[in-house]
Amino acid sequence: MTVYAAPGTPDAKVTFKPRYEHWIGGEWVKPVKGQYFEDISPVTGKPFAEVGRGTVEDIDAALDAAHRAAPAWGKTSSTERAAVLNKIADVIDANLELLAVAETWDNGKPIREPLNADLPLASDHFRYFASAIRAQDGDHAELDGDTVAYQFHEPLGVVGQIIPWNFPILMAVWKLAPALAAGNTIVLKPAEQTPVSILVLIELIGDILPPGVVNIVNGFGVEAGKPLASSPRIRKIAFTGETSTGRLILQYASANLIPSTVELGGKSPNLFFSDVADRDDAFYDKAQEGFVLFAFNQGEVCTCPSRALIQKPIYDSFLGAGIERTKLAVQGNPLDTDTRVGAQASNDQLEKILSYIDIGKQEGARLLLGGERVDLGGDLTDGYYVQPTIFEGDNKMRVFQEEIFGPVVAVTSFDDYDDGIAIANDTLYGLGAGVWSRNGNVAYRAGRDIQAGRVWVNNYHAYPAGAAFGGYKSSGIGRENNKLALEHYQQTKNLLVSYSEDKLGFF
Amino acid sequence: MIEASVVIPGETLPRVAATAETVDLLRTLWSANGPLMFHQSGGCCDGSSPMCYPDGDFITSDNDIRLGVLDISDGGEPQPIDFWMSREQFEYWSHTFLTVDVVKGRGSGFSLEAPEGVRFMIRSRLMETATPFE
Repeated sequence: MTVYAAPGTPDAKVTFKPRYEHWIGGEWVKPVKGQYFEDISPVTGKPFAEVGRGTVEDIDAALDAAHRAAPAWGKTSSTERAAVLNKIADVIDANLELLAVAETWDNGKPIREPLNADLPLASDHFRYFASAIRAQDGDHAELDGDTVAYQFHEPLGVVGQIIPWNFPILMAVWKLAPALAAGNTIVLKPAEQTPVSILVLIELIGDILPPGVVNIVNGFGVEAGKPLASSPRIRKIAFTGETSTGRLILQYASANLIPSTVELGGKSPNLFFSDVADRDDAFYDKAQEGFVLFAFNQGEVCTCPSRALIQKPIYDSFLGAGIERTKLAVQGNPLDTDTRVGAQASNDQLEKILSYIDIGKQEGARLLLGGERVDLGGDLTDGYYVQPTIFEGDNKMRVFQEEIFGPVVAVTSFDDYDDGIAIANDTLYGLGAGVWSRNGNVAYRAGRDIQAGRVWVNNYHAYPAGAAFGGYKSSGIGRENNKLALEHYQQTKNLLVSYSEDKLGFF
Repeated sequence: MIEASVVIPGETLPRVAATAETVDLLRTLWSANGPLMFHQSGGCCDGSSPMCYPDGDFITSDNDIRLGVLDISDGGEPQPIDFWMSREQFEYWSHTFLTVDVVKGRGSGFSLEAPEGVRFMIRSRLMETATPFE
């Protein structure tokens, strides 16, 4: 058990600056309007830094820098770009604890998560796309004896990216890595709830990237995000967040005739077939953990397994064991490596979760565990903590249909395979799902029948680079984490070359 | 607290209300931004909460449904604010009455209140609709 020192205290791995400017053209640049906003740590509920409050003027300055850098970066060979990405990965690995403390303080998640998941995944993501771009070939075709077509992948140019607050550094990296690998320059707008940890990272890697290749403007969505997304000076806008903003992003993209990829969340079902309980062995233990993974990252994951569907014959025993297993999830100081459940990212998230717990009860769902805000006392007393919560009910209830984005799972039973699949698919969303079965055929068929872009079979919450990730239905458009993502950041140049010395004979 | 008007054909009960704090905030936002609208968002991160936009910024379609109109004027010129939701989402919400409240927060998406350090959210209660949604 290690308890990391809070930032700014003796022995702390990171000390935040009192004020962070924007990162534009490879340097810190003050907001044009000179305004700042407070960044509040969910760990304590108290502000810990001021951050530039970006406006359209800052976005335009960032776009200027990105446009200046775009031609040279776009013409850099994939070999050189891959080397840059690999160096960034090395810096992340060398600063693991520093970045983990920064991430925990900005987001509230327990430090075992950035140490073991977020940050190793981030460095690996850069390495994956470094390899993918090196291995990406163009193609050619001999169309006739005198004509050859050559197809090249070219960058789009300057792209805009707007990211959420649930995995601040990792969500930035999921966007940055493929876009950079593909030769684009970027203006990134982090989430206003978590604007600082990405700036701590850019401070470490800023001199590896040519100036202007990555630019970061913080601010509120309506003041900074909207001017970025609707700017006619970007060739693509990428977004991860919720549906209404996703629709606006696509609206702006259509007005500017640019492509857009959007990842919009889900209400992911976790299906436990009866055979899971055939033996009380390591696999059963794993399935039990799979149930409790609704509490991972405080439930603030677009693919949170927030609906548990348990096949009737094992319903009581599996759920009973799941409740006991959930009680073991230690909630406490997020800087303590023993803590499993930390703070929600903001006050309004906490309030929203509590209001969902309330509507769950009103609709008649049975509260089996939790349901209350938590006061951890001492310095943590004003932090945003809520108990892992388990509801039992039916799939038409709002707590089964809407993304609560907290450590809340809604549990129901299913009869047979068809019933399980029908309930799993009875949702507006289709981002993630889990299928647990010892029977390979059942597991495979269920994986193919569930309408979701990611189905975890006999595991959950794994996000290795190389595994394509994205939504079906109202969960969005596009795929990340796989070489497919390169295509979202490239356009095809076809050179159609004639080797004939004779005229057409037409004019 | 104000209640929205009834706009869904065949219905007789309002579906949306706004607390006094919400009305005050909306009046402030209206002075700064002009006419406003709400669209209830779904999905991850800042979803499951209403987004407040300048009226017309968010293009609604036949796949959205207007649940009611909140008039925040104080007896003077009407200041109507439409409250919208996607139809597919409404199928799961139609049995609940929605009260738009305000809490301290960091805000999100492109919703107008974020710079004020607050966030709109929905408090729900069960309701009996006069006629069921078809």
